[in-house]
Amino acid sequence: MREFNYYRAGSVRDAAKRLAAGGNAMLLAGGMTLLPALKMRFNQPSELIDLAGINELKGIKLSRKGAHIGAATTHVEVAGNVELRAAVPVLSQVAESIGDPQVRNRGTLGGSVANNDPAADYPAAALGLGATIITNKRKISADNFFVGMFETALNAGEVVTEVLFPLPQRAGYAKFPNPATRYALVGVCVAQFKSGVRVAVTGAGSSVHRLEDFEEALERDFSPGALEGIPVSAANLNDDMHASAEYRAQLVGVMARRAVAMALD
Amino acid sequence: MSGGMGIGASAPRSEDRRFITGRGRYVDDINLRSQQYAWFVRSPHPHAELRGIDAGQALGMPGVTAVLTGADLEADGIGPLPVAWGITSVDGSPAVEPEFPALATGRVRYVGNPVAVVIAETRAAARDAAEAVNVHYEELDSVSNAVAAMEEGAPRIHEAAEGNLCFNWEWLPSVMAPDAKANTEKALKEAAHLVSLELVNNRLVPNAMEPRASLADFNSATGQLTLYTTSQNPHVNRLLLCTATLRMPEHKVRVVAPDVGGGFGSKIYHYAEELAVCWASRRLGVPVKWTAERSESFLGDAQGRDHLTRVELALDAEARFTALRVDTIANLGSYVSTFGAAIPTVFYAPMLAGVYKTPNIYVTVKGVFTNTTPTDAYRGAGRPEACYLIERIVDEAAAQLGMDPAEIRRRNFIQPDEFPYQSPVGQLYDSGEFEGCLDLAMEINGYAGFDERRKQSEARGRLRGRGMSFYIEACGAAPSQAAGQLGARAGLYEVATVRVHPTGVVQVMTGTHSHGQSHETTFAQIVADRLGVDFSNVEIVHGDTGEVPFGMGTYASRSLAVGGSALVKALDKVVDKGRKIAAHLLEAAAGDIEFGDGQFRVAGTDRQVAFGDVALAAYVPHNYPLQELEPGLEETSFFDPENFTFPSGCYICEVEVDPETGVVEIRDFAAADDFGNIINPMVVEGQVHGGLAQGIGQALMEHCRYTPEGQLLTGSYMDYCMPRADDLPSFKVATRCTPTSFNPLGVKGCGEAGAIGAPPAIINAVLDALRPLGVRHIDMPATPNAVWWAIEAARSGE
Repeated sequence: MREFNYYRAGSVRDAAKRLAAGGNAMLLAGGMTLLPALKMRFNQPSELIDLAGINELKGIKLSRKGAHIGAATTHVEVAGNVELRAAVPVLSQVAESIGDPQVRNRGTLGGSVANNDPAADYPAAALGLGATIITNKRKISADNFFVGMFETALNAGEVVTEVLFPLPQRAGYAKFPNPATRYALVGVCVAQFKSGVRVAVTGAGSSVHRLEDFEEALERDFSPGALEGIPVSAANLNDDMHASAEYRAQLVGVMARRAVAMALD
Repeated sequence: MSGGMGIGASAPRSEDRRFITGRGRYVDDINLRSQQYAWFVRSPHPHAELRGIDAGQALGMPGVTAVLTGADLEADGIGPLPVAWGITSVDGSPAVEPEFPALATGRVRYVGNPVAVVIAETRAAARDAAEAVNVHYEELDSVSNAVAAMEEGAPRIHEAAEGNLCFNWEWLPSVMAPDAKANTEKALKEAAHLVSLELVNNRLVPNAMEPRASLADFNSATGQLTLYTTSQNPHVNRLLLCTATLRMPEHKVRVVAPDVGGGFGSKIYHYAEELAVCWASRRLGVPVKWTAERSESFLGDAQGRDHLTRVELALDAEARFTALRVDTIANLGSYVSTFGAAIPTVFYAPMLAGVYKTPNIYVTVKGVFTNTTPTDAYRGAGRPEACYLIERIVDEAAAQLGMDPAEIRRRNFIQPDEFPYQSPVGQLYDSGEFEGCLDLAMEINGYAGFDERRKQSEARGRLRGRGMSFYIEACGAAPSQAAGQLGARAGLYEVATVRVHPTGVVQVMTGTHSHGQSHETTFAQIVADRLGVDFSNVEIVHGDTGEVPFGMGTYASRSLAVGGSALVKALDKVVDKGRKIAAHLLEAAAGDIEFGDGQFRVAGTDRQVAFGDVALAAYVPHNYPLQELEPGLEETSFFDPENFTFPSGCYICEVEVDPETGVVEIRDFAAADDFGNIINPMVVEGQVHGGLAQGIGQALMEHCRYTPEGQLLTGSYMDYCMPRADDLPSFKVATRCTPTSFNPLGVKGCGEAGAIGAPPAIINAVLDALRPLGVRHIDMPATPNAVWWAIEAARSGE
């Protein structure tokens, strides 16, 4: 870690102002990705703007539009919220599949989506459920938000304040953890809405993405069997020591079928 | 009288109060006035000429005291890191032992090779300055794989090592088997069945929970150096510092290894960093501290295993083993580490008989230099590699012959009435009841119910497999003279001093070192048991050359077998002296005094005197035989064992494989061990659990990988896969006991058993599950990716 200035923001407005003030400032949410990166000296911000003290970023509430979750809400808060679990159990499942207890007690929803790690769990949930990412400036649909590896539609100075998840009729998230990190080697979120089916996969490629073939098949027949035989191309999938691209392609099919089974369970 | 905490009691660990309340005292917890910090500049290249080091900018940075390089080291006459065990090649030439300077001179040979050290007032300042040291490297071709390193045209890593060969060794314990090679070849030719395998024993990173750390404090007024360091054997570190590297007289060097958070072998050695901080402290006159970051542990701690072996087993028509031929290529890394040449040779080949009566065994081992971190002893050290190949090929033979894996083993076991058993590879086994252990393992596994469990697994879409292994290993290193004949450059006895204080409380100074083994508890139990004093009145002192007379430390499951035996001998001396004092007090002949339950008693009478009163008399000698006996009650013993000890055991593992994902889940693990006598069953069970966890890690998860050129791919926990609690099953453990006759406690050692016996049991189970799909072979680690590919390859007929 190198020396940096630490600033505890009192409000979203305060944080945004500070962020815009120049220098190489970064927002600190739970820090579960940023702090290890600082220790490894991968990032060298001039200032960290801590969002932990901003109450308006916290909390979970349900409305007719769906589940509104504040950006600074920790994974353990999402996993443990009884009303949320009843309304959209898949979100609790996703939250409790992240990392370990220490990570779940620190890591936040906003931090996860803003970081857009290609193997993170929340991006799959956000894209699979067709969430809306709300910032201090605008509302961005998940389809437009996750742009590429560690890349989002966020502009400089923009702060994620809330994520709104529509409530599906049913949904499931099946995750195959990387044996070393427990990030998703492949994670598939399947959600059925009146308007159609959404399938999002994380871990497999350079960024979270949707599987249109799977969505069409599941719209015709929402069952694991509907996905049998649909080929998954290994062409653009990640290939590393933990999983070859072909193996990941296999896991995409298996995890998608298991996610459907979970949704039906 | 022992407070119920004598030998055989599961006494709660005395150590735990300070550990679980955060009051342990580790090296990094120690801070000295005016202390400065070291940060090492390390090579980012696997192989390069050092063309120059420009420290100008670094020296100008705030807080920086010095930047020291290999040239300074040379100028100060600091010796290279020593090799403590010499190996001789087939042609009689000694193994190539290139000089390994603490800071590179001339060339760097692995990524992480220390090149310079920055000393600064804070750790951050030292690190910042280290990044500003400008090293001019001229990169050279490099190689990380041992087979590739032996090929013609491979980059030559050391001038003296042609073909990158450190040694080409064969194992001919000439007295026992002068014709081992010819006899083995003949038996292989005449075999009714011949089975062969090519096996990889995957390279592992030790990953002790506490990273290495060293704090050196040189007092220029007294000329005294104190080194606090994460060591399994502080006296050995002092010996090597004084005789080989720093070259100071022993009485001016004190080495303290306080609480140490795990070692697994990786904290045996005399490392560059610990030497460098000693030298820097002496040179600069300030205390200097270095604490490894985890990334440095991955690069700098000696790694384990990394063998490629071709093994052939000959059987007669009745499935009796007639010969075993083993040809191993061992990757030593870039230099010979302290015991780097001994582990794949003399700690390996002599165990290749296993528990079987194979009459002819011939072993060759090539030790090869590569551009990787040096390898050395890691939990089991040579014996896991031996056990893995024996137990894999025995299982393969059973599969090929359609035999039950238990039956083929029974048919070849050394029988209980054949002990002591002289193996053809030079070991004299002490004791064992292998069939009894096998039966016990089968019983706790529920062997007969397997078919039913397999059906249940199948109903859930899982493939169930069962695997067995039977290990034997050599603990209690070592008889010094035998070790010396095999190339050891040190003795391997152990030392204990028993100090009885005037009130009868006891301190023991032991030369072994506890870094997770619970000596403070188990050694105290021995004292309580033998002297009849309360367990709480015994303190075990270890890890400080200033307090303990001498010792060789803790590794190779030696502490109890050798150190515990030294303790027993010292206790015997205390009792002998106490008997003479008691005889005087009771006005009887010493020969008539019995000792038991803390009382010296005139045999056949009720006249007795308590141990504490005898101790008091020894220190207040008013009524005391001063003409014949010195006052005081303190005794020291050195114990040099007459042989190793040979624990053995049978492990049975059941796995379920998910054929869609390749995931292997351990559903059942039964371990039946024979450790001889047991001091503390709870501690032993904990040791077994830890060993099994490491064995499971090796079999299914852990793999230290380099690029072909030698860049470390698994340099953090993002890629190096350590087992976690939820990767492990609930173990079923049980023990049988055939005491060893080679030490007074009848104990064998339990520290490494699990790591030795588990890997073959697991891989045998995985293959048992996959054979119906046509899978014949899989290497460790059997990761989901590897298992899925093995299934795919079998399905497509490859």
